[in-house]
Amino acid sequence: MSGDHALEWLRREGRIVIVGASLAGLRAAETLRKEGFAGSLTLIGDEPHEPYDRPPLSKQVLLGHASADHTELPRRRGLDAQWRLGVAATGLDMAARRVRLADGDEVEYDRLLITTGVRARPWPHPAEAELDGVFVLRTRDDAARLHRRLAASPRRVLVIGAGFTGSEIASACRERGLPVTVAERGAAPLVGALGGVIGQVAAELQRAHGVDLRCGIMVTGLEGDSAGRLRRAHLSDGTTLDTDVAVVSLGATRNTEWLAGSGVGAGPRGIACDAGCRAFDIRGIVTDDIFVAGDVARSPHAIFGYQFLSLEHWGNAVAQAETAAHNMISSSSERRPHLWVPAFWSSQFGVNIKSVGVPSLGEEVIVAQGSLADHRFTGVYGYQGRVIAAVSFDQTKWLEFYQRQIETAAPFPPEYSSVDRRPEGLRPVPADFPDPSLPTHGPSVTVSGYSPTDQRITFTPARA
Amino acid sequence: MRLVVDLNRCQGYAQCAFLAPDVFAMHGEESLLYNPHADEAQREQVRRAATACPVQAILVEYPQEAPAAVEEGLSGVR
Amino acid sequence: MTQDTLLRQITDYANRADPYPLYTELRKKPVRQEGDELFVVSTYWEIKSLLHDPRISSDARNLSPGAAGTLLQEEEASPLPPAFLRLDPPEHDRLRRMTMRPFGPPETPRRVNGMRGELARIVDGLIDGFGDRKQVDIVDDFSYPFPVTVICRLLGIPREDEARFHAWADTIAAGLDPDPGGDPGEQRRATHEARTELGMYLSGLIDERSGAPGDDMLSALVTQHGPDGRMTRMEVLSTAALLLIAGHETTVNLITNGTLTLLRNPDVLERLRDDSRLAVPLVEELLRFEPPVQLLPQRTTLADIDIGGTTIPKGASVWLVLAAGNRDPKRFPDPDRFDPDRPDIQHLGFGSGIHNCFGAPLARLEAQLALTALAQRLDAPRLVEDPPPYRQNAVLRGPRHLNVSFDGLRS
Repeated sequence: MSGDHALEWLRREGRIVIVGASLAGLRAAETLRKEGFAGSLTLIGDEPHEPYDRPPLSKQVLLGHASADHTELPRRRGLDAQWRLGVAATGLDMAARRVRLADGDEVEYDRLLITTGVRARPWPHPAEAELDGVFVLRTRDDAARLHRRLAASPRRVLVIGAGFTGSEIASACRERGLPVTVAERGAAPLVGALGGVIGQVAAELQRAHGVDLRCGIMVTGLEGDSAGRLRRAHLSDGTTLDTDVAVVSLGATRNTEWLAGSGVGAGPRGIACDAGCRAFDIRGIVTDDIFVAGDVARSPHAIFGYQFLSLEHWGNAVAQAETAAHNMISSSSERRPHLWVPAFWSSQFGVNIKSVGVPSLGEEVIVAQGSLADHRFTGVYGYQGRVIAAVSFDQTKWLEFYQRQIETAAPFPPEYSSVDRRPEGLRPVPADFPDPSLPTHGPSVTVSGYSPTDQRITFTPARA
Repeated sequence: MRLVVDLNRCQGYAQCAFLAPDVFAMHGEESLLYNPHADEAQREQVRRAATACPVQAILVEYPQEAPAAVEEGLSGVR
Repeated sequence: MTQDTLLRQITDYANRADPYPLYTELRKKPVRQEGDELFVVSTYWEIKSLLHDPRISSDARNLSPGAAGTLLQEEEASPLPPAFLRLDPPEHDRLRRMTMRPFGPPETPRRVNGMRGELARIVDGLIDGFGDRKQVDIVDDFSYPFPVTVICRLLGIPREDEARFHAWADTIAAGLDPDPGGDPGEQRRATHEARTELGMYLSGLIDERSGAPGDDMLSALVTQHGPDGRMTRMEVLSTAALLLIAGHETTVNLITNGTLTLLRNPDVLERLRDDSRLAVPLVEELLRFEPPVQLLPQRTTLADIDIGGTTIPKGASVWLVLAAGNRDPKRFPDPDRFDPDRPDIQHLGFGSGIHNCFGAPLARLEAQLALTALAQRLDAPRLVEDPPPYRQNAVLRGPRHLNVSFDGLRS
């Protein structure tokens, strides 16, 4: 059978299996159907729920503006798919092209897409993690449980880790009028994602809203009462804190264990794939029939020196899923690279924080517009003399300009004048990221691997 | 009805919060909070909000309407 | 055709009824230099990019002396300081934020939506006022009085003063025309006088409202003390004048252009009559197809900007021709077709970026209600003349009169 015929057959009556029924899995399925895939489509998800949206869980849901049970994602089209929900995938036989399920069933595929995402990193001491009052927040069931507990007016909430999720939880608690302590081992909130300069602004925001923020502090133990209820936390400075709720926000772990021994190049840092979303096997050879997208993927990005990026970003899940789906049913000449410029947002303490590019690659930062003191500004990050990222606090309307600066490798520091450039914005300062070899609480980006050439390519995004 | 807002696209123009204030709310100057499961009675207001969005960031699935009607809502432009 | 004559033709009144072929010509060169320090941008992506470019200023004080000569001088002649429309951040952001507090989210999210019933009553009252006539001027009898009444009520202008307002607003809006025709000195003098009288009138009203505030926006602007503090008296004055003028001329043109477009597309008119929900996408398409603000003539570069194959030098004046960008075939398929069913209508009708139209949600509601009511209530409406006579203004473009005949009113 020639390649063309094989592809035509695949599109008409092939079997595609998607493991991971969340945002990326759903958007991939929609794209497959939109692009004319007429064969059988199976979505496998370990949660019993149909695909739902996670960002509202740490915001609207905790505030009580929306119900955790009603965050299902809208569909762009009918899918005509078999749903295997509430059943985890437990293994993969690459040679036989079969996925094994927790209930003993097996599903065969011609093309496989892996979108298993990440899960919350649990509290490292299992017995303490079992205490009543210790929570994580990743799934909608997590959010429903935490919301119920917050609604019962605990005396104090301890948030362990001041990454984006932890900071948003602290914000929601303050808005509900609850006393909150945040313990962060780094020098400031958000320091892993945005660096110390911007992290100081996040610290000011927290304190201005009444958060008891403690930086450079680790929680060394959680202590329960005789009934197994959390009553206090022990901190690395020798003090203790009475608290009846602790939310563990220590970042995420990639869901790759089910692939152990399968031959797919999967590990704790995710599943490596090429820019076309094809997975590598453990020998570093790219596969033809296994694709990866979303939080679990780790792929080289041309405008960031072909470094492998793992992006736990909502927009990345959507864009990469669409690219993977397209490539799964396209000939090699029609395949597209995943060239999405990283972008994320967070809403906390009434401030809209948005970013484009990869701030954690930044060596220096400049306040290009506005002022840190006003908590309204646009910060621009530089790396080796070019603009590599930007972050805005309540200034999102300017961000698309800086996205273009990143795409075109514009020089850093910016040489031009602009509106609202303050005296403090005339000089770049070190961005002050923590040493990457130290563990941080939930970096949104991890970088590893490097291509031998530091090629610069011209990237012009599709405009329509 | 189910809805989701692509908050990467959203630039805080607040048209949705003006036109469907029971579903979309600005939280501070430019953060948007919304109810992802809007009441059926809000259908026309949600439609007005989604259509007015200057960056077309709002994807709605209207029950009992052909999904194709919303399919292109997020397509096209970055 | 030389570049120079092209821009002159666009501002030439003879081409007011249909500037779109000239815009097509204009788009052949996305960024076109006109004279020494004026650059005209006409393609969608380039306009959108410049609307989000922090190297572009809206503050006339940044114009180089040469470029300033080609532009309007009304600010210099004005007794009021520039309103937020003509300011850059941070002043722009602060004043706009303070103006938003009594108008919209987050502090007042329900004001505009809550006006639906009142707006519908005003519209019905105006149509009832057609009486037994079988022909009306849509401009004078409908699309002018409607938004003007609304903005006056929003600001809290007593009804008995509305007529005086119309006169001032007309004169000031005419002063926004880059090529007003007639004697420019006389034009400037008239604008100055109207601004002065308007300022004095508003000043008196502000005194009244600061003592006895109502629930109108002017009272709120005078008395508010939020996180940004208070507006100075001069800031309240210039903001109120801005809202009045901007809330005036633009929506008039939107509704008139809409009526004209519907009468030229009877199939769409019929659909709207049968299903008022069509008004929602229809108004968006209208904002693309016949935007009431055709171009933004008041921006200045703070640095050299490379765009569309050209370098616009620092200190140049930049015109962004929104109406040409809205018909850019590289962005919209079949752009000269009026099609409310387009799946993708991200028009530039309200601008974009930080200066996006402040009153957009209100303008949308007004146009939706007005066009639906006309479609439903006029029996067999038709144009008396096509094209109708246009206003002089090339920026705020719209018919001066729109005579429509019909067989009668439906209730």
